[in-house]
Amino acid sequence: MGYLVRRLEFFLVTLWAALTLNFILPRLLPGGPEVALRTRFHGRVSPGTIKSLEVALGIHTQQGQLQQYLEYLGNLLHGDLGVSLGFYPERVTQVIMMALPWTLGLVGMATVIAFVLGTLIGIFGAWRRGGLLDSVLPPVFVVISAFPYFWVGLICILLFSITLGWFPQAFGSSSEVTSELSFPYVLDVLWHSILPAFTIVLTSIGGWILTMRNNMITTLAEDYIRMARAKGLSPTRIMFQYAARNAILPNLVGFAMSLGFVISGALLVEIVFNYPGLGTFLLQAVNNEDFSLMQGLFLLITVAVLLAVVAADFLTAWLDPRTRERA
Amino acid sequence: MGLDVRLVAEQPAIATEAARPERGALHIVAGAMRSNRKALVGGVILAAFVVIAVIPGLLAPYDPHALIFEQTLGPSREHLLGTTGNGQDIFSQLIWGTRESLAIAVVAGLMATVLSLLVGVSAAYLGGLSDHLLSLLTDVFLVIPTLPLMIVVAAYARSGGLAVLIAVIVITGWSYGARQLRSQALSLRNRDFLDAARMRGERTVYVIVFEILPTMTSLIVANFLGAALYAVLAAAGLQFIGLGNPSDMSWGTMLFWAQNNGALNAGSPLWAIVPGLCIAMLGAAFALLNYAFDEITNPALRPKPRRAIEPSIRSSKSAT
Repeated sequence: MGYLVRRLEFFLVTLWAALTLNFILPRLLPGGPEVALRTRFHGRVSPGTIKSLEVALGIHTQQGQLQQYLEYLGNLLHGDLGVSLGFYPERVTQVIMMALPWTLGLVGMATVIAFVLGTLIGIFGAWRRGGLLDSVLPPVFVVISAFPYFWVGLICILLFSITLGWFPQAFGSSSEVTSELSFPYVLDVLWHSILPAFTIVLTSIGGWILTMRNNMITTLAEDYIRMARAKGLSPTRIMFQYAARNAILPNLVGFAMSLGFVISGALLVEIVFNYPGLGTFLLQAVNNEDFSLMQGLFLLITVAVLLAVVAADFLTAWLDPRTRERA
Repeated sequence: MGLDVRLVAEQPAIATEAARPERGALHIVAGAMRSNRKALVGGVILAAFVVIAVIPGLLAPYDPHALIFEQTLGPSREHLLGTTGNGQDIFSQLIWGTRESLAIAVVAGLMATVLSLLVGVSAAYLGGLSDHLLSLLTDVFLVIPTLPLMIVVAAYARSGGLAVLIAVIVITGWSYGARQLRSQALSLRNRDFLDAARMRGERTVYVIVFEILPTMTSLIVANFLGAALYAVLAAAGLQFIGLGNPSDMSWGTMLFWAQNNGALNAGSPLWAIVPGLCIAMLGAAFALLNYAFDEITNPALRPKPRRAIEPSIRSSKSAT
């Protein structure tokens, strides 16, 4: 029980901190939004809209800070993230809904692939200590993990798209193919996602491999593994049902968490590939000084990560009785 | 980006139980370089960049800002890496860019480590409500997604330049280390030598700085390496999307200009490749040092010779 209460406290505090950060930032670092608002909207939109934007961004208001804060929280409670400055008159929620499916599809798929592949490589690597997988791959992926994601994307574009011409260089689909849900369209979307997905898998797989490998090594030193060997069980059975099953816990928890990070994990890769997901919209928001969209995206991503973390917590508590006892 | 850096940086956690008295940080690094090839490679790369950052004027043939050459030239004897779409010498830009990129990594890495130490060790040492609040703060920063936060903060503080860039990286990068350092400091809290210090009536600050910190040197070094790697990648990402100061000379801003001029398609791919390669190498240097460090403090993870097939028995005693 104590465990649940503490996790709930953490969840609420973090959520509150993120919301408040969002409220304080524009007030702490004033100037940007005000200028953007004046140059872009002066005389073009209704005074009412300007007023609501000013409340959201904390400029020119006669209200006290506390009142503004309460109004801001109230708006969020209704799922109201305000009007996008850059895609006016669209609302921020509408803009986000345009981009979200692309990101979920691309990065979600890539994350699952990286998790499954990386975990398997980690298992086999640790099982055959000193083998090829064990001695070559970990350092290689340590090095790759230090590469900037987006730069790996650039290299992939140069290699597979510009030089070899195998894959399209940018965007989520071709403009010739209509966006109805037809077979050619799905194929086209998949076709466009291969290169960015490959980039994400390549740069993120190292973490899975290393974690799994290191846990496997620790687990393989346990007495029950020796016991299993002594009983003469088949190596495959020992490897998967005895060792991997116990060693995979941190990776599973990491996977649950990374599903939350799906939304933020590949923002820069999307930017490089001009992929119509959240990352590209975030960049556009930065370039357009679209502060309401920026903040909306930040909130969305934070909430997604938070939910994932809580899910990972419950997963741990469910899979590993020791966590429950400790709490 | 953020997650991956963390997953790799997560490795040192395994080695945190060892709390024996340790030698100085430089000794540890020197010893690591001698005994571990990964550490050697990482150390050499890092040293090379440091030299370049100190004397760029002697190595770079041209003024990196001068727009005086023909545009998008290929590599040649005059221009080792060709010229940019604006007619600058890429090699000279690369050399001069080393300084800022390295400075960001080291300064932001150090500041993040100090912040982690302050929060982590005080939390562990003070205990009780202070520990609860500080840990909560750490967890909050650990979970808030760093890249979007960095982008939002940097976008608001756009005119701030280098100081803002470093501040953003430090604010978003300290929490992971704080949690690690807290758990190690926690394991030290009830050791005899600390009781002895308290018995002598030493002040809390003295106990923390002169009794606790020296026993944690290796974890602190590992933390710095992780934070520096994070800083390299974070700075590159922010500068790449134009949130640094685009008129500064650094690898990240080179990538920004290359991307904005469509370097890949416009026939000057080196403009985009080489600065990224430098970022990758600097990052790899920190990552390799960190990984080697982990192997040194946790012998079970070291690579083994082929013949040692049965992992279960020998892994704990292995001396290689």
